[in-house]
Amino acid sequence: MNKPRRPAPLLPEEAGRDLPLLAVCAILIFLACLSVIGAAGAWQAASGWSGQLVSEVTLQVLPGEETNGDEAAREAGALASGLPGVVSVEVRARSASEALLRPWLGNARLPEDFPVPRLVTLEIDPENPPASGALDALFADAPYRVIVDDNRLWAGAIARASATVRYFAIGLVVLMCAAAAAVIVFAARAALSMRRDIAYALHLVGAPDRFIIALFQERFFMLGLKSGVAGSLMALLATLGLGYAGGSAGALFFLPSLAPGWGIVVIVPIAAFISGAISGLAARLAVSAGLQARWS
Amino acid sequence: MDQPSSDSALSAEAGATPAVRFDNVGMRYGRGPEVLSDISFELPRGSFQFLTGPSGAGKTSLLRLIYLAERPSRGLVSLFGEDTSVMERDALPAFRRRIGVVFQDFRLLSHLSVFDNVALPLRVAGQGVRQYGEDIVELLNWVGLGHRIDALPPTLSGGEQQRAAIARAVVSRPEILIADEPTGNVDPEMGRRLLRLFVELNRLGTTVLIASHDISLIRSVNAPVLELAEGRLNRRARSV
Repeated sequence: MNKPRRPAPLLPEEAGRDLPLLAVCAILIFLACLSVIGAAGAWQAASGWSGQLVSEVTLQVLPGEETNGDEAAREAGALASGLPGVVSVEVRARSASEALLRPWLGNARLPEDFPVPRLVTLEIDPENPPASGALDALFADAPYRVIVDDNRLWAGAIARASATVRYFAIGLVVLMCAAAAAVIVFAARAALSMRRDIAYALHLVGAPDRFIIALFQERFFMLGLKSGVAGSLMALLATLGLGYAGGSAGALFFLPSLAPGWGIVVIVPIAAFISGAISGLAARLAVSAGLQARWS
Repeated sequence: MDQPSSDSALSAEAGATPAVRFDNVGMRYGRGPEVLSDISFELPRGSFQFLTGPSGAGKTSLLRLIYLAERPSRGLVSLFGEDTSVMERDALPAFRRRIGVVFQDFRLLSHLSVFDNVALPLRVAGQGVRQYGEDIVELLNWVGLGHRIDALPPTLSGGEQQRAAIARAVVSRPEILIADEPTGNVDPEMGRRLLRLFVELNRLGTTVLIASHDISLIRSVNAPVLELAEGRLNRRARSV
C-alpha cells in the first residue's frame, strides 16, 4: 500500500445533528452544577457560622437585690477567665444590654435600679473547649444568677438548614441526571432507528450486539463528555459572575457567598466524567433494547 | 467455462453434514400468506448450485433463511448441522461470519469508502488494517475497482457497487457464499469474470449458492439448479 490507512468510523460523524442534543445536555449539566456549587457555598457558609457560634459563649449575669450589676459582671468575667479553654473575656457595659432591650422597652432611659442583665462574652478555644457543665458549676455558689448561653440552639438550626440545602441540591442533581439520561435514551433510539442500515449490515457480517452497542455507547459517551465540560464551565463562569456581582447577589439567593474558591474547578472533570458515564450507559441500555426488539 | 468442484466435492463429502439443509420449510411474513411452502433440499459442503425462478417466487426469502435474517415459520433449517430455529441470539454472529452474502440491493454503507466497506467483515472479526490492507487492495484490483478504492458508494455505478458488494462477501473466505443476482448490473465480460471468482472460491472449498434469472450465466456452469415457483421448489436439474 502506498500510504497507511486509518479505518473510517463505522458510525458517521453527525456534528450538525448532535448540536441540539449537546446543547440540551449541557444546559441540564449547567443546572446540576449550579445546584452543586450553590449547595457547596451554603455548606461552606454554614460551617463558618457554626464555627463562630461554637467558639463563643455569652453569660447573662442577673444581679441580685443586694449586688451591683457591673461588679457582678466583672466578677463573673474574672472567674470565667480562669477556666481552661476560655481564650478571652469581654465584659459588656450596661448600655450594651440596654441597647438590646430598646426594641421592647422603647427609647426611654431606664431607672438606675432597674435590674438590667449584664452580658459577658467569652471566646472559647474550639479545639479545647471547657468541660461540659464547667461554666454552670463555676457560678453555682455566686450571689448573683448566671445564665450560660452556648448558642447550641442556633448551631443546631444552622446545621439543619445546611442539611436541608444539601439534600435539596442532591435531589436537584439526581433529577437533572435523570432528565439527561432520558434525553439520551430518546436520542439513542432515534440514532439507532436512523442508522438501522448500519446495524443491519454489521449484524449480517457477523457483528455481535455488543460490537454495535459499543459504537453507539462510545459516540454518546463523547457527547456526554463534551456536554459535561460545556455545562460545568458555564456554571463556573456564572458562579464567578455572581460572586463578582457582590454581596447583594448572595443575599438575593439566600446564599452568603457563591464564590466557593478555586477548588471548585474540580467540578469540570467530575461533571464531564459523570455526564459521559450517564450518556454512555443510557445509550447502551437504549440500543441494547432496540437491537433485541428489532433483529433476531 | 471453468467448472465448479460440485461433483468431486459432493462425492468426497458424501455422508458428511451438509452446509445447509431445509426440511419441509414454510415461511410467512407476519400473518401474510406463506411465501415458501414445504421446501426441502440440501447444499452439500463444497457444492455449487444455482437458485432460479420468476420474480416473487421466494428466492430472496429462501436466501434470508440461510443467512439467518429470518427464521422459518415451520419446518427445519440447519446450518452446518445446527437447527437455526433453536439457536441462541448470541450464537448467530459466529454462524453469520461463516457466510458471505451478496445482496441484490448491495447493502453498502454510504458513508464508508469502497475499501472500508469491503473491510467490514474483517474489522468485525477483530482484524486490524495492517493485517487486511494489502489483501483488500489486491481483491479490489481483481474485481476492477482498484481505481475506486476511496470512492463512496453513492458515487459508484450500479455495476461498481455490485462488485464492491461481491468483494465484501468473499473477503473473509466464507464457508458458504450466497449471492442474490450477483451479475445483474455488470456487463457480460465482468459477469463472466465474477463467476470465475465464485468458481475459484468453490474450488477452495466454499459452498456457493447463486440466485439468478440469467439463463446464460446458469448455463455457463455445469451445476445443479434449484427452481422455485410460487414458493415451492419444483425441480432439481443440472444447468447444462
